[in-house]
Amino acid sequence: MKHSLALGTTLFGVWLLWSGHYTPLLIGCGLVSCLLVVLLSRRMEILDEETAPVHLGLRPFIYYAPWLVKEIVLANIDVAWRILQPRMPIQPTIVRVKASQQGEIGRVIFANSITLTPGTVSIDMEGDIITVHALTREAAEFEESGEMDRRVTKLEVPD
Amino acid sequence: MEWFVNIVSGLCLVIGSLFAVIGGLGVLRLPDFYTRMHGAGITDTMGAGLILVGLMFQGGFSLVTVKLLMILCVLLTTSPTASHALAKSALHFGLEPRVVEKEAGS
Repeated sequence: MKHSLALGTTLFGVWLLWSGHYTPLLIGCGLVSCLLVVLLSRRMEILDEETAPVHLGLRPFIYYAPWLVKEIVLANIDVAWRILQPRMPIQPTIVRVKASQQGEIGRVIFANSITLTPGTVSIDMEGDIITVHALTREAAEFEESGEMDRRVTKLEVPD
Repeated sequence: MEWFVNIVSGLCLVIGSLFAVIGGLGVLRLPDFYTRMHGAGITDTMGAGLILVGLMFQGGFSLVTVKLLMILCVLLTTSPTASHALAKSALHFGLEPRVVEKEAGS
């Protein structure tokens, strides 16, 4: 039930923001189509915490996103500077990082954050071990330090 | 106030374009497939991100800005997923990454 509510309100919010025409007819059309999508998803039994991750709440946006954006900007400047230098000081390295998240959503957030940060790409995932290709030794050490892993794990279990 | 917003927006657009070009340069200059993905990552995050932020300043507080924000969210979730799929299939196909040193235990 809570997943249906979350999906329905999100869908309707997106409809309102995207349409921009607030006439009874169009809002009614939006309501009907949102309801239809929720009903179909319920019948298909795909409504779980993967399609509507309500258990994460707003924590990813409040606590995690600002830190991730900061890291992405710093990593971008570092990688861009290395590309521009004539000698290109890179040390491609492969490291294996442990993902300590419980749920699948948490692991997806962690692996995607690794890939999103320039200088590190998650190239394989077996169980809870993620293989990371890093452009530089510093980038590899940053992933091994496990700070990102801790921050993503914290999103799942509020302290 | 308007000239200030225009300057900030213009700066974002110019720096974003610069990063997009640097990303392209990286794809050309870096030695192998896996390192080239890092170059493409610059265009995906900083390039597209700063250009969209610059456009948001032009949009102001309006529905246009909300739509740009949603485009940014979609980009930031789909591009790493695509990169990961690409890298994983390359690895499983047998393309060995060129590395300077293998970590102990790997």
